[in-house]
Amino acid sequence: MDNAFSQPQTVVVLGGSSDIARAITRKLCAERTRTVVLAGRDGTLLERAAEEARDFGATKCPVVLFDATDPLGAEAAVDQCFEAAGGQVDLVIVAVGLLGNQERDQVDVDATLAMMNVNFTWPVAALTRVRTHLLDQGRGRILVISSVASVRVRASAYLYGGAKAGLDRLAGALADSLRGTGVQLQLLRPGVVRTRMTEGLAPAPFTTGVNEVADVVMKGLADGRPVIWSPPLLRYVFTALRHLPGPLWRMVMDR
Amino acid sequence: MNRQRLTGWGRTAPSYAHVVRPSSDEEVAHWLESSPVIARGLGRSYGDAAQVGGGVVLDNRGLRGMGPISPDGVVSVGAGLSLDEVIASALPQGWFVPVTPGTRQVSVGGAIAADVHGKNHHRDGSFGDHVLEMHLVTPTGERTVSPTVDPDLFWATLGGMGLTGVVTRVTLRLMRVSTDRVLVDTDRFDTLDAVMSAMVEGDDSYRYSVAWVDCMTRGRSMGRAILTRGEHAESTESSPLLRAPRSALLKVPFSAPPGLLNPLSIRLFNEAWFRKAPRQRREESQTLGAFFHPLDGVADWNRLYGPRGFVQYQFAVSDAHADTVVKAIHTLSESGVPSFLAVLKRFGPGNSGPLSFPMAGWTLALDLPVGPARLPGVLDDLDDLVADAGGRIYLAKDARLRPERLRAMYPRLDHFLEVKNRVDPEGHLTSDLARRLLLS
Repeated sequence: MDNAFSQPQTVVVLGGSSDIARAITRKLCAERTRTVVLAGRDGTLLERAAEEARDFGATKCPVVLFDATDPLGAEAAVDQCFEAAGGQVDLVIVAVGLLGNQERDQVDVDATLAMMNVNFTWPVAALTRVRTHLLDQGRGRILVISSVASVRVRASAYLYGGAKAGLDRLAGALADSLRGTGVQLQLLRPGVVRTRMTEGLAPAPFTTGVNEVADVVMKGLADGRPVIWSPPLLRYVFTALRHLPGPLWRMVMDR
Repeated sequence: MNRQRLTGWGRTAPSYAHVVRPSSDEEVAHWLESSPVIARGLGRSYGDAAQVGGGVVLDNRGLRGMGPISPDGVVSVGAGLSLDEVIASALPQGWFVPVTPGTRQVSVGGAIAADVHGKNHHRDGSFGDHVLEMHLVTPTGERTVSPTVDPDLFWATLGGMGLTGVVTRVTLRLMRVSTDRVLVDTDRFDTLDAVMSAMVEGDDSYRYSVAWVDCMTRGRSMGRAILTRGEHAESTESSPLLRAPRSALLKVPFSAPPGLLNPLSIRLFNEAWFRKAPRQRREESQTLGAFFHPLDGVADWNRLYGPRGFVQYQFAVSDAHADTVVKAIHTLSESGVPSFLAVLKRFGPGNSGPLSFPMAGWTLALDLPVGPARLPGVLDDLDDLVADAGGRIYLAKDARLRPERLRAMYPRLDHFLEVKNRVDPEGHLTSDLARRLLLS
């Protein structure tokens, strides 16, 4: 149960082995989280994340396997996670995502579809099922990990940014539709974070580590703001970038 | 059915449930076939005790009716009546409730579920100590229980947070009074030590006693306090005045903006409160309402805490661990977490309820607005302090305890769970609080 300070006790993480999700899980377990269901593709990585969660105070860490390139499997995966939690789920973190390789993926229809499935279609299918479970509970929260890349999609990463933009807008409106139900959805829009996913990318301004993101998330979960920016300053940076005239935008962002 | 958003008095951790209002034992029994289900009275528990997300919440306000008062003060009342309603009809006949918490706006059923206490606990015990018998509807049938008939179930229900069944009717013993007034002695103390010594020495000679402690001052005046103690005023007139307390004159119309209650405003309030008290005053005549329920004068005062709400932290420790009270006030005062005047009181011996809160010694209650980032951690540390001292926190106030801390505080928890399991083997009765603390 969430307590008076909005600290969850039972959490489901879809994409539980991602570096950002693991950092958030560690902080949640250090506070109140005792049951954390870790779901994802790689059993070995998930077991490692489960062990880490236990080190930080979790007592029950079941692992659920799914393949995010197959949206038809999302419903069963979510049901399995709620089953494994064995009670009411306080928080569902949707951390599924794939950065891909634009140069390679943009000439390959299968790769393009995989990018859409992992970053958009699977998470949306999962959200549909999560929504039903949480409405039945009469309470619960969802944290959807979007990206600042969704705010204005860059030419050099239009597959990733475009899919995230779809997820971001859809989830934002889903959040609005859930008002007055006891279910709350929050969006996380991180900037570039040093993770396995971004290894080898050219350094970008406002790059942070995963622990800084997790700290910002903990604050955002406590106060319930609809959109959590990490670092917080990016809210203003991207509000400005979003309104740049096209030529200027292309000059700044797509050199 | 009617789907509603429910929270406790602290307005934290909301959940939605179907709210129904049964008005007979049969209707209660019918609703107990559904799961999960919990009863709710007037929603004065501070945390998540009287709500169950996604389930059925039985509003007990349909369980009404009050029988005649016998010459020795015994009366049968519907569990959905509020203490306000009981007092309104009993007081003009010369009877008062034997125990009243800081508000009249609790239902009789809720008073039993939390086994509430008042300013006279050191003399008269808790609410349950004046219950002769109660009728309980459980998922496995109805029964009337008392200290002699199924005592295990009777005591588990007192303080059992509604988890053993729904109380529908209660037989109580009222207290004889000859006026509607209390004679109050007030003393102001500059230090916590001074007020605690005065309470240890003098409380036994008063029926009612409570101290307000300022947790916002540091250094020399840390823990300065106002002690008020009283006795029912006696009258020798043949037809004394016995008027029931008035209802609230003021109302907080909407939720205050966040931050209205901040360290500065609370410090100013506490300062004013302290300064307006006389250093010493004797036998001031106050109405029962003014003495027992000062906050009932302002309806919905909990809205002053703003949209994020507040928590109340209340713990009890034995006399041997009186230093825990000092440490707790010191910890809060040092952490800079804002807290309204804290309430300090002496407890007499507890009763046989495995989850009943009072235990001989001290109890301290603090109102704390949700918001400061360090507050959750400060309260977790206080839990450790209290548990290590063999003390406990009050479930009717709780909204944030860690489940693993509960067993140390209530060593007879397993006995409670056994009794609950006997009358509710399928676990229909649960609440958000029970889920959080793994009580079901």
